[in-house]
Amino acid sequence: MTSAVAQGDVPVPRRVRGRRSSLTRSRVRAAWLFIAPSLIILALIAGWPLARTIWFSFTDADLNNLSDYEFIGFENYLANYDGEWLGLLTDPDWWRSVWNTVWFTLVSVSIETVLGIVVALILNAAFPGRGLMRAIILIPWAIPTVVSARMWNWMLHDQFGVINDMLLRLGLIAAPITWTANPDTALWTVVMVDVWKTTPFMALLILAALQMLPGDIYEAARVDGVHPVRVFFRVTLPLIRPALIVAIVFRALDALRVFDLIYVLTANSRDTMSMSVYARQQLVDFQEVGLGSAASTLIFLIIALLVVITLAAGRVRLGEDPR
Amino acid sequence: MADVILKNVQKTFGRAKVIHGVDLDIRDGEFVVFVGPSGCGKSTLLRLIAGLEDITAGDLFIGGDRVNELVPAKRGIAMVFQSYALYPHMNVYDNMAFGLELAKSSKAEIDRKVREAARLLQIEALLDRKPRQLSGGQRQRVAIGRAIVRDPKVFLFDEPLSNLDAALRVQTRIEIAKLHTDTRATMIYVTHDQVEAMTLADRIVVLNAGRIEQVGTPLELYHRPANLFVAGFIGSPQMNFIECQVAGVGPAEVLVSLPGGGTLAVPVQPDGLQAGEAVTLGVRPDHVRISPEGALNGRVELVEELGENHLLYVDAGQGRRLTVREPGDARHEAGSTVSLDLARTFCHLFRRTGEALQPQAGATSPTSPDLTSSVA
Repeated sequence: MTSAVAQGDVPVPRRVRGRRSSLTRSRVRAAWLFIAPSLIILALIAGWPLARTIWFSFTDADLNNLSDYEFIGFENYLANYDGEWLGLLTDPDWWRSVWNTVWFTLVSVSIETVLGIVVALILNAAFPGRGLMRAIILIPWAIPTVVSARMWNWMLHDQFGVINDMLLRLGLIAAPITWTANPDTALWTVVMVDVWKTTPFMALLILAALQMLPGDIYEAARVDGVHPVRVFFRVTLPLIRPALIVAIVFRALDALRVFDLIYVLTANSRDTMSMSVYARQQLVDFQEVGLGSAASTLIFLIIALLVVITLAAGRVRLGEDPR
Repeated sequence: MADVILKNVQKTFGRAKVIHGVDLDIRDGEFVVFVGPSGCGKSTLLRLIAGLEDITAGDLFIGGDRVNELVPAKRGIAMVFQSYALYPHMNVYDNMAFGLELAKSSKAEIDRKVREAARLLQIEALLDRKPRQLSGGQRQRVAIGRAIVRDPKVFLFDEPLSNLDAALRVQTRIEIAKLHTDTRATMIYVTHDQVEAMTLADRIVVLNAGRIEQVGTPLELYHRPANLFVAGFIGSPQMNFIECQVAGVGPAEVLVSLPGGGTLAVPVQPDGLQAGEAVTLGVRPDHVRISPEGALNGRVELVEELGENHLLYVDAGQGRRLTVREPGDARHEAGSTVSLDLARTFCHLFRRTGEALQPQAGATSPTSPDLTSSVA
C-alpha cells in the first residue's frame, strides 16, 4: 500500500502584478460596473447618515434648529467644566443602558440558542404533521415586533392581563404583578418576549444546518451503539457549529441594537432602557442632537467592535470546518 | 463468529412490499454476497440484518439468538457503508475509537485495538488525519477499520467498493478477501457488481424484486443457473438467449429447432417437455464458435477488440443478436457473414416460465478449457 497522498499543497500560480491581460481588465471593469449601483445606494442610505451622525456628535446641534450649531470637539463624550467631568461617558444612565443591552443580548441569545436547537431537533424528526408544525412555529417571528409587543403588553397588564389572571387562579401569586414596571421583573419580561419572538428564527437556521448533515453517520453511530445524547454532543453539535455561530452572530447583532420591543413594552423606563432607547431619548425627547449623535456613534463603535471580535473568533473556528 | 439464519423474512414500506419472505442459512465464517439489479432489495435485506430497518414479519437469528427486537449495537454486527459514513470532524483514530468508548473498554484496550486494526489495514500513518484529507480508498479502509475494532461476529458490507475507481476496487476487493481469510468472521456483502460477487463469495445469493432467485457457489450459479434471470445476470458478457421450439424429445436430450432451419440436441432432462412447446435456448458467448458448418448464419454488426479476446455482435436475423467471444484478435470485419456453431453440451434450456431444465449428469463440465476466460 502506498503512503498517504498529501493534499492541499498544490502550488498555486502567483498573480503577476502589472501584467494583467486585457481580458482580466475588462472583467474587472465589468465587476465594478455591476457593483456600482449598490455601492452608490449604500453610500446614500447608510454612509451619508452615518457620517452625518458622527459629525453631529462633535457639535452642539439642537433638534429645533439643525442649521445652527458649533463644533465643540469631544465635549459631548467627555468634558471638564471647573474640575467637574461631564458628558456621555460620565452619565450613569448611559452606562446603565449599555449594561442593560449587553445583559439582554447575552441572556436572550443564550436562551434562544438552546431553545432553537431543541425546537430544530424536534422539527427535524419525522412525525405526522411536521410540515404544518414548521409553518406554525414561524408565526411569532412573522408578526411585526410592534404588534407582538402591544399584544404582550396587554397579556402582561397588571389589572386586565390574562397572565396575571391565570397565575392568580392557579394560586401561584397572591397579587397581580406589574411585569413591565417592576424593576425586578421588567428586563426578564423583555427577555421572555424576545425569546418568544425570535426562537423560531434560530430554530429555522439550525434546522437548515441539521438537514445538511449526512444521514449515514447516524446509522453508523446506531450500529456502533453510541447513545443518542452522546451522538448529539460529539457528532451533531460539532457539525452544525459553523451554522450555529452564524445564527448567534446574527441574533446578537440584532439584540444589541434592540429598540422597538423595549420601547413599546416599557417606554423610557431606566430599568430596561437599551442603548438605542437612550439615544432616541436624547435626540427626540431632550432634543439634544449632539449628545444623541454621540450615543449613536458609540453604539456603532461598540457593535462594530463586537462584530470584529466575533468574526475573528468565528473565522478561527470556521477554519476547522469539518466539511 | 456466528451463523445468520433468515426465516421467511419480509419487509413492507407503507403499502410496498420490498422483501417477500426470504429464507436463508448463512453458515459461521461464510462469505455470502447478495447480488442483484438496483431495487432488488439486497440493501434492504442487509439493513434488516443490521437492525437499521424493522423486520415486518419472519425471524432473524444471529448466533442462534433471535435478534428481531435487538438494537443494532446488541446484534454483534459491524457495518461498512457505501459512503464510508466517517465522522467528518474526527480524525481517523477517533473515528475508529468512537464506537468503543461506549463499550466501557479501558483506554489502553481501545488504543491497542485501534492500533492493531490500523496496522492490519496499513493506515497507521493516517491516524491523525481528518477524513477529508484522505483518498477514497483510504477512507474506505478507515471504515473497515472501524468495523474491525468492534470485533463483530458478523461483518456487513453495503456496496463498499462502488465509490472507488477501478484499480482501487480490485485492490480493496483483494484486501477484503484477505480480511475474511485472516478473521474467519461471517461476512455478508451487498453488491451489484457480479465480478465482486464471483471473486469474493463462498456463496452468492441472487435477488430479484425482493425474492431469492438462486443461492449457490459462484461456479454453480455460472454453470447451472436455476432460471433465465440468474443465467442473464451472472456472466459477462451476458448469455445469449434464443427463442425456439421443441422439435423432439429423447430420453436424455431435447431436440430444438433453431431459427434458420437447423436443429440442436441439448443434453438436458426433458422432464415432461412436449414437442412444439416454446423454450429459450441459452448459450454463453464463449460457447459459440465461428465455423463453416455452423447451424446459424448471421452478419457481423460490430467487433470489439479486447486484446486477449474479442467480441463479435452477430445479427442472426429477425433482430436476434448473438454475442460471440473468441480468443485473440478478430478475424472477421463488421458487415461480413459468418456461420455460428453452438457447443451443445454447454447449452442451457429454459421453460417458458423461465425455469431451467436440469442438465444430464456429466454435461456442462466445469473443467472446460473455455472457462478460463469466462469470469473477467
